[in-house]
Amino acid sequence: MTMSNNTQATTEIKLDETSACINHSAKKETIFSLLKYTVIGMLFGIVFVKAEIISWFRIQEMFQLQSFHMYGVIGTAVFVGIFSVAIIKKYNIKTLQGEKIIIVTKPFSKGQIYGSLLFGLGWAMTGACPGPVFAQIGTGLISGFVILASALLGTWTYGFFQEKLPH
Amino acid sequence: MFEIIENLKAPWPWYVAGTIIGLIVPALLIIGNKTFGLSSNLRHICAACFPANIKFFKYNWRNEFWNLFFVGGIILGAFIATNYLANPNTIVINEKLKSTLINFGVTDFNHLMPAELFSLNSLSSIRGFILMVVGGFLVGFGTRYANGCTSGHAIMGLSNLQWPSLVATICFMLGGFIMTNFILPFILQFN
Repeated sequence: MTMSNNTQATTEIKLDETSACINHSAKKETIFSLLKYTVIGMLFGIVFVKAEIISWFRIQEMFQLQSFHMYGVIGTAVFVGIFSVAIIKKYNIKTLQGEKIIIVTKPFSKGQIYGSLLFGLGWAMTGACPGPVFAQIGTGLISGFVILASALLGTWTYGFFQEKLPH
Repeated sequence: MFEIIENLKAPWPWYVAGTIIGLIVPALLIIGNKTFGLSSNLRHICAACFPANIKFFKYNWRNEFWNLFFVGGIILGAFIATNYLANPNTIVINEKLKSTLINFGVTDFNHLMPAELFSLNSLSSIRGFILMVVGGFLVGFGTRYANGCTSGHAIMGLSNLQWPSLVATICFMLGGFIMTNFILPFILQFN
């Protein structure tokens, strides 16, 4: 986000540089139109379960180099993602609403090293990233709520100490 | 039709899963100019429910409501896959991993998550508590500190060829390797 973009924003939100996710569509969406994200999410949730990405066993196999599966999943996803983004940029593809596509870039901070290492530890412990934790709940794993609540506490704690942490 | 559903019940191969996940990146961009990233939902939930006057949680989370709809879909999809597309066979696990886990008293190989570690009962064991509560805390704290997770950095960030996301992804993997190979064997002793 550049300064000029910030000042042009008509909403009262002040975007700080650590904002992870910025809504770039200027168009307001109704509850009904938001359901399209639910449909894509459903597909994602089905893939999480059917490809066993949310399995604790698959995560252990990945980190013990006992299986190619997770490397294949992430590698293919990155490959398809790079290809798709390149095509969007090359042909200047617009959104369905006719807006220019904007991709948020994240500036580097040392927090990405410290935080990523800590997240990696937690990923191997729970077998869950912030997406799969919701899928774990969807499979009926009651303790998924415990993992989610702990993750929320972690995020809240980060927010509480944010200004004191090295970045 | 019946045959198609039967085929869908078998575990999906990595290239099918990877392709679908990769396509979520352009799908979100095209249908609504949305950048793929899931850990920010944890922040939005904190901002919506427990802002506690903390600066980090003072923003218009309602603007990010789409992501919570996305997460709602993930929960629904996982429910559908578990209840209507369940794999009739037991999950295939690497034999070496299996024997290591059996040594630690983990013998439930019928679920995606072993019951000895991730049932509500095991929450009262030291290892269950550490894995779920401490592990969950690290996921929430680490992803926010890193400003992204596997979806935001490893998939979205790398798709856009951003080197900070590559650094983050390498560190995710490094953390995972350290935990699984050096710390987890220690934690699993405390039944």
